[in-house]
Amino acid sequence: MFDLSGKAALVTGASGGIGGAVARALHGAGATVGLHGTREAPLHDLARELGERAHVLPCDLGDADATAALPGRAVEAMGSLDILVNNAGITRDGLMMRMTDEDWQAVLDLNLTAAMRLSRAALRGMMKARWGRIVNVTSIVGATGNAGQANYAAAKAGLTGYSKSLAQEVASRGITVNCIAPGFIATAMTDKLNEAQRGAIMAQIPMGRMGAPDEIGAAALYLASPEAGYVTGATLHVNGGMAML
Amino acid sequence: MSENDIETRVRKIVVEHLGVEEDKVTENASFIDDLGADSLDTVELVMAFEEEFGIEIPDDAAETIQTFGDAVKYIKDAV
Repeated sequence: MFDLSGKAALVTGASGGIGGAVARALHGAGATVGLHGTREAPLHDLARELGERAHVLPCDLGDADATAALPGRAVEAMGSLDILVNNAGITRDGLMMRMTDEDWQAVLDLNLTAAMRLSRAALRGMMKARWGRIVNVTSIVGATGNAGQANYAAAKAGLTGYSKSLAQEVASRGITVNCIAPGFIATAMTDKLNEAQRGAIMAQIPMGRMGAPDEIGAAALYLASPEAGYVTGATLHVNGGMAML
Repeated sequence: MSENDIETRVRKIVVEHLGVEEDKVTENASFIDDLGADSLDTVELVMAFEEEFGIEIPDDAAETIQTFGDAVKYIKDAV
């Protein structure tokens, strides 16, 4: 089950906790992986850890042309592009009353528009191959909202609607488009929370703990697998029961 | 590029992409009504023509390309 031998996957934001775990999961199932990020050092570290079948593909996803060209670079490096995981994202948190246009736009550009550009460019090869998997990493806040994250929640909800529309367009070609909506996952970002913040979050999670990046990797592996071929336009919520949607 | 050459290359793309018999691809054959294409196929065909002939077919022009003959005529004018 979940054998990805012979498949090539591009994972954006692979220098982060969740992206790295997704890349490890896909690679562990036999896929060749393209590791995208902006910080090259952690990508090279991850590529070394994975050994064979790992390629480092840095790119600034704020640059429209470079973003549109990234799937082509992935094909050059790996021979094909069968699986695209749009995981890269940024936050620029702040209450709406004080949010600048720049902070709004930067979050929309990186979390939503870049994912659109990457999937549009990746689709051509998938259409020809009559097989493809696009997995978009969204967030629990795209469904529930979160004070201080209006821009991020809007981008993630937008990505969900985008995924459902694209899923309908390409379903007849054997291409699925799905989302994973993580809740609180223990990463470098959540390590910065203090005890009080941590306690407040835990009180909302029935499972009583944060998720591990591997648990997102496992979800991505399932959605990327041949076995998930009948699942499209769906969101897989991985949040310890924090929101049961 | 001769006119016959264009016709041959366009027919080859249509046959390969839609999996139809060559003799079905006549001048008045509609991609959707006669050759079994869906809307996504027509987009793919236009993109394949663009690639094959190194041209750009804008959306409003693409909408007018309904038949094999339309495609050949448009490409002859464009190259």
